[in-house]
Amino acid sequence: MTRDRRLAWINGLLLPLFNVLTAFLATAVVFLFIGVDPIKATKILIYGALGYDEGLGYTLYYATNFVFTGLAVAVAFHAGLFNIGGEGQAYVGGLGIALVALYINPALSAWILIPLAISGGLLFGALWAIIPAYLQAYRGSHIVITTIMFNFLASALMVYMLVHVLREVGQMSPESRNFPEVVWLPFVHDVFAGFGYNIAKSPLNLSILVALFFSLLVWFFLWHTRWGFAIRATGKSNDAAIYSGINPKKIIVVTMCISGALAGLVGVNELIGVQHRLFLNFNYGYGFGGIAVALMGRNHPVGILIAALLFGILYQGGAELDFELQNVSRDIVVVMQGLVILFCGGLEYLYRPLLIRFLAPIET
Amino acid sequence: MKNSHIAIELIDVDKHFGAVHANDKVNLSVKTGTIHGIVGENGAGKSTLMSILYGFYQADSGQIKVFDQDFISTNSRQSIEAGIGMVHQHFMLVENFTVLENVILGSEGGALITESLEKARIELTRLAKEYGLEVELDVAVEELSVGMQQRVEILKGLYKGAKVLILDEPTGVLTPQESDELFRIFEALKKQGVTIILITHKLREIMSITDYVSVMRAGKMVAHRQTSETNPEELAELMIGRKVLLNIVRTEAKSGDPLLIASNLEIHNEQGIKRVSEVSFEARSGEILGIAGVTGNGQGTLLKALAGILPLSKGSIEILGETISPKKSLNPQELRNLGVAHVPEDRQRMGLISDFSASESALLGYQNDKEINQGVWLKRSLVKANCESIMEAFDVRPINPALKSSNFSGGNQQKLILAREFERNPQVLIIGQPTRGIDIGAIEFIRKRIIEMRDAGKAIILISVELEEIMSISDRIIVMCDGEITGTVDAANADEATLGMMMANALPSDKQITEAQL
Repeated sequence: MTRDRRLAWINGLLLPLFNVLTAFLATAVVFLFIGVDPIKATKILIYGALGYDEGLGYTLYYATNFVFTGLAVAVAFHAGLFNIGGEGQAYVGGLGIALVALYINPALSAWILIPLAISGGLLFGALWAIIPAYLQAYRGSHIVITTIMFNFLASALMVYMLVHVLREVGQMSPESRNFPEVVWLPFVHDVFAGFGYNIAKSPLNLSILVALFFSLLVWFFLWHTRWGFAIRATGKSNDAAIYSGINPKKIIVVTMCISGALAGLVGVNELIGVQHRLFLNFNYGYGFGGIAVALMGRNHPVGILIAALLFGILYQGGAELDFELQNVSRDIVVVMQGLVILFCGGLEYLYRPLLIRFLAPIET
Repeated sequence: MKNSHIAIELIDVDKHFGAVHANDKVNLSVKTGTIHGIVGENGAGKSTLMSILYGFYQADSGQIKVFDQDFISTNSRQSIEAGIGMVHQHFMLVENFTVLENVILGSEGGALITESLEKARIELTRLAKEYGLEVELDVAVEELSVGMQQRVEILKGLYKGAKVLILDEPTGVLTPQESDELFRIFEALKKQGVTIILITHKLREIMSITDYVSVMRAGKMVAHRQTSETNPEELAELMIGRKVLLNIVRTEAKSGDPLLIASNLEIHNEQGIKRVSEVSFEARSGEILGIAGVTGNGQGTLLKALAGILPLSKGSIEILGETISPKKSLNPQELRNLGVAHVPEDRQRMGLISDFSASESALLGYQNDKEINQGVWLKRSLVKANCESIMEAFDVRPINPALKSSNFSGGNQQKLILAREFERNPQVLIIGQPTRGIDIGAIEFIRKRIIEMRDAGKAIILISVELEEIMSISDRIIVMCDGEITGTVDAANADEATLGMMMANALPSDKQITEAQL
């Protein structure tokens, strides 16, 4: 194996693996500290997430959301942009989906309505990213700051929409009426039942196919189109991009729109997939989780699918831990997530010098 | 006698950066109370040498004496204590601090600032009087002119007790009037016994202000002279050196119609600073037009404007039937479509993307070509195949389109860029520093290819800091200094000394070669 190839393996596989393992070790220390047997906890977590139909269903359902936000962060990252606004873009994207679901004639076929609803999510997510993108490109306001601010604006907007516009008359809680059944995405257990297989009920729905489709699309777009080339060139070298006739400002705006659009798809899973209505904070935590997923997945769709699955396992397994163990609350997921971000993001290259020294020493 | 003392003595100082021999057994002795100039081209090792004195780098070997004391400096504080002060080319000032605050930065002393501020105020007022360095002390530095900021730097050095001041290209950022003012200050400092080391590549300054001058070339100290006993011609020759011209066989140019006509160009760089003014020339088919000049005299900016990266502020460029003006610019993509190829000066940052594979770097600028795009699909296998064929044509080694661009040697990277730009059959070629930092074999290959393009009837504009390169392959040479054209020469009549003088804009006016058959 050439040194190049070895370096690629180290960067692509070994580093993330070591980082995740370190994060788990640190989690084990936390467990010991609060008096929980880490081995027992691991067993519960793994079994809860993967051990039976329902758990697996939940795991994949959570993973679906992380795929969308992970892709969103990754696309922006390839243009050298750090999109922290996935949270808000997912939220507002949900509004787009809900508006289509609530206000377009329900007599139309699902084959028209569902793609329309998905487009609504894409469009509103993109719109929510376009202002920070414009400010970054043409006014030099840092995208990290503006996207964070837009997360708060999104919250305020959604509260307003749900309280004053979309709430049903006579209804106390701030949520919309139920969507017409025609826009509901089928649950996977129903699809299986249609073919005669009975599996346990879970929120897992056909959004997972949407997520896989968009993963493929992002991969194709970034590496097999001239626009993807322009985005990656801009992300790697602004000077070289300008030299080749690419306008980095335009790239920033376009890329952020794509990124926001992808984040806007969280609502496909949550709203037309599972809850069938719009409600407060359906997006909670997925936007930020997507950052960790993209970091861990090294901004490649394949890596993101794997990382999203891991986060799905953590979410579902964490819920089980909460249920099974008295002195563990669901917040342990946040701790684990935090440690994964710390070791995969902040300390990304912790083991790199070591791995290089042993596995790919510089040839003299 | 004060002058008999030696302020700074360097004995066999040696410094390597990897394979680069930045300082090769340098000897220098600077007498106390004199102004000592150090001249040399960019990259000759002047700045490295001064950085060793100031403690930024440590010499690999050799000995340094400051006022007859052995001296080893590992940080700037030690150098300051030994009495060495430095005024960098780019000022080291905190913009939103006042002058007073800037001066005491690094020597605050004590927990409370008021006391040291007051002490500094008294001392600075005294220094200002003594050396004629009046500056308002309570104004924020950002509100001062560049010349004033430089004074603050000098004051800072003096306040910290500097007896030797090192100034790195101090007039680079100054107007002529400010420069005169600076020289007046130098005289005052000298009278008070301060030793000044002036690093510059402007020969006029050396001649008008220094007592002694030392010349560096390619890391070596090649000559020491008493300024009164030398002349700019000799210094220019020493600076540039007489290198053997690479033996390039070439026929007489058959120049044809002008393909690019630039008239009265004025161009501002990315930071909005005017770098080019009143530049006019034309580039004809079948001819190589060389643009010579010391780095940073506007050639780079001119190159970028010709390639569509920077807009024009004034003037116009007629190019292959289109006209570029301040109102109508063409972007690099449009120029490429028109038949203009551009080899950028900075191949690492602009010419290719180090993290990309060779085939992707070879695609840069041509990613929208019809032949490799089918609808939305970029045909990567075709891109690879194209890359492989141009790598073969230009002898880029290894022929591996999947290899990361950064893993190619400098020469092979440059060949890849040239291959990319030449193989599309452009009509006008704009080439910056084609052979900077690459090995001899590649240099010869690249020059041959450039001449082949000329013989194929292309118009070529070549910018290089290597005078030898300009002379060996250009047909006509224009020289730039300070953003203006200081001379135009037919390559056949050009000699290094004259060009060197033009590069420093030090040519006496009666010898100015004017518009030799433009």
